Amino acid sequence: MRRFLASTVAASALALMLGMAGARADDAVDPNIKQGGAITITYKDDVATLDPAIGYDWQNWSMIKSLFDGLMDYEPGTTKLKPDLAESYEISPDGKTFTFKLRHGIKFHNGREMTADDVKYSLDRVTNPKTQSPGAGFFGSIKGYDDVAAGKADSLSGVTVVDPYTVKFELTRPDATFLHVMAINFSHVVPKEEVEEYGADFGKHPVGTGAFKLAEWTLGQRIVFERNPDYWHKGLPHLDKITFEIGQEPIVALLRLQKGEIDVPGDGIPPAKFQEVMNDPEQKARVVVGGQLHTGYITMNTTMAPFDNVKVRQAVNMAINKERIVQMINNRAVPANQPLPPSMPGYDKAFKGYAYDVAKAKALLAEAGHPNGFETQLFAMNTDPNPRIAQAIQQDLAAIGIKASIQSLAQANVIAAGGDKAGAPMIWSGGMAWIADFPDPSNFYGPILGCAGAVPGGWNWSWYCNKDLDAKAAEADSVVDPAKSAEREKMWSAIYDKIMEDAPWAPVFNEQRFTLKSARMGGADNLYVDPVHIPINYDNVYVKDVQ
Amino acid sequence: MIAYLGRRLIQSLLILLGVSLITFALLYLLPADPVRQIAGRSATPETVENIRRQLGLDQPFIVQYWHYLTRLLGGDLGRSYIQRSEVTELIVSRLPASLLLMVGAILCELTIGLSMGLIAAVRRGSATDQTLMVASFVGVSAPQFVVGLLLLYVFAVRLGWFPIGGYGSWRHLVLPSLTMGILGAGWYARMMRSSMIDVLRQDYMRTARAKGLARGAILFRHALPNAILPVVAMIGIDIGVFMGGIVVVESVFGWPGIGQLAWQAIQRVDIPIIMGVTLVSAFAIVLGNLLADIIAPFIDPRIKLR
Repeated sequence: MRRFLASTVAASALALMLGMAGARADDAVDPNIKQGGAITITYKDDVATLDPAIGYDWQNWSMIKSLFDGLMDYEPGTTKLKPDLAESYEISPDGKTFTFKLRHGIKFHNGREMTADDVKYSLDRVTNPKTQSPGAGFFGSIKGYDDVAAGKADSLSGVTVVDPYTVKFELTRPDATFLHVMAINFSHVVPKEEVEEYGADFGKHPVGTGAFKLAEWTLGQRIVFERNPDYWHKGLPHLDKITFEIGQEPIVALLRLQKGEIDVPGDGIPPAKFQEVMNDPEQKARVVVGGQLHTGYITMNTTMAPFDNVKVRQAVNMAINKERIVQMINNRAVPANQPLPPSMPGYDKAFKGYAYDVAKAKALLAEAGHPNGFETQLFAMNTDPNPRIAQAIQQDLAAIGIKASIQSLAQANVIAAGGDKAGAPMIWSGGMAWIADFPDPSNFYGPILGCAGAVPGGWNWSWYCNKDLDAKAAEADSVVDPAKSAEREKMWSAIYDKIMEDAPWAPVFNEQRFTLKSARMGGADNLYVDPVHIPINYDNVYVKDVQ
Repeated sequence: MIAYLGRRLIQSLLILLGVSLITFALLYLLPADPVRQIAGRSATPETVENIRRQLGLDQPFIVQYWHYLTRLLGGDLGRSYIQRSEVTELIVSRLPASLLLMVGAILCELTIGLSMGLIAAVRRGSATDQTLMVASFVGVSAPQFVVGLLLLYVFAVRLGWFPIGGYGSWRHLVLPSLTMGILGAGWYARMMRSSMIDVLRQDYMRTARAKGLARGAILFRHALPNAILPVVAMIGIDIGVFMGGIVVVESVFGWPGIGQLAWQAIQRVDIPIIMGVTLVSAFAIVLGNLLADIIAPFIDPRIKLR
């Protein structure tokens, strides 16, 4: 949010009397980059769906962003918000009304012009329980959401079409994250006629306003995107065509990249080959390293003895040798000391956390009444490297007397154990760890550390519920004024610092991204580690051989 | 014959019903909640319950199974939880690739296995025989994952004779077929060898030799047809082995068949797909066995169907 502040502070100051507003000139696209060329991306797994209301994995997330657009988006390669389908927006002084002015002449891939009615339809659709959208909960602050979610209404009463190019949102509470919510895929705009034609199969026949349109989908083999010649953002996308080849093992993808057959292995560099790639100067030069909105952590069930004692939880925090774990995974991460990852606004640089200190951990454990330690269980997902990391944690715990047996299970089973209050004393989150939906500090709180998530089937696996912090979180999120975003970030930092005092988690590391690309790929490095586009920002990259 | 067929068909149906019940029960008992997977991390409890109701997953086991069965009879395998597509569509779109791979694999294993067995039988006891039998043993015991990657590395990456995985032309088919075929070839070599040795011991072989027939004529006109039939009749039973093999081989080579689909579904606990692929495989295996049994008496008149 800090960078967002810089761009809009002037506009906000002027507009405060009338409410807050944001607008921008069109992003400048480098006119020297020629359009054209095709690239090939590989994936191991089938692409689940390209329906923006449903797709919710890291593989289809970025693909959907290229087919559809939302009212808001981010500057390429950054976490800085910008209007997208909207030309400008206005926020009322109480932070409860957002009015968006839409651009004129934006067309869906089927040729029809997109209007405010489509925006409203798309939100009604995503919140309708019949759509079964995993993202419906993001829209909880819109007036009328509860009725739609309960099946009592078909339409959100808080979304009003003022005229074909103006749409107004009324919220039940001030929501500082609302602009981010308007940028996530779930709020992307879909044409009603196409959704009705394809019904549940719309995800296989996506029609949006995005930079690319779907040209081919051969199940289990390939998906082809072609440039949308009518894309409103002149000069974009740079590429004519992207082919996603499906069913390619990461190791095979790497071999093909080395032979020059593909451009980006979507599943990344296989762990077994990581050192080999990084030791080869030619290949290493084509690896782009970047942060990720990810934290890997150990949860301790605060409702289960002995983890109901804060001293025990703090002792565990001091017992974990994070440096060693990071080395074990070939330095593909950086040690973490707080829930927020370093690239997230609100990350507290000054915060030191719990230093690795076995003696102090033992002393704390003795103070808590466990001088000889205790026995417990550590749940972890059963895919590499998670069992190895769990073993390292097990050894670290053994050094202070805690004997943890490892329960290495399939992802769904670990998730089930975490959502059961008496299910899991400790969980290593690897493979399931929180990757933020949008770059805002609040996104690491609600479901995984707030009271709302500490329910059966929830994601707050430490069952940590601090009503006081819940109130503080609500207070922080009611600071809607972009001019006060620095203040809001501070409020969030304080919340996370307090959480670390209570130590329901032992944060272990923040994964880094390593994107390997072919020599012909062009564009700024941050497009290849874009915080909201994994693996790469398809709309903005280009190929050098057509330049 | 007709009565036998009828009985076998009923048996087969019962087997399939049993497979469906056991698989369904096992997946039901998994301590994983598919609804939470669909709903995602940010879903409210109401959303989760809503989805559960819509999918009928709030019903008791027996009701859920009954719904599944009745839909199954109408050819509806349900919708994938993760991919949100019709399971029937997913399987049908991938079946041709798997069948093609199966044909390729059968060709490979028969060509390699039968020739190895034939040579070993004729050269019985020699160094060639021993080498071939050791090779067949290695073929049977080598993990397909390793064989696949090895072939891929040598013939596709190093030598560049074949594409590095993928699907589309006959050149794509060679390496995965070979990987699958090597396992079967090992078995066929051993069976062919013993079958051939049996035949060569028969009286009519001695008669043929006594008549002064050429060695080639004896082997290929008189011995081979007799030795090969019982071996070839095994192909039907092979289908079971194939179904296991395609999961690994299709994943290594990026072959878009149902094995790859099954592997992905297992990793993501996509229950409708796991059910669908299991039933289709069980159907193929039951069918293969049935065919093998029906063919048997035509090959060896001493076998009677009762």
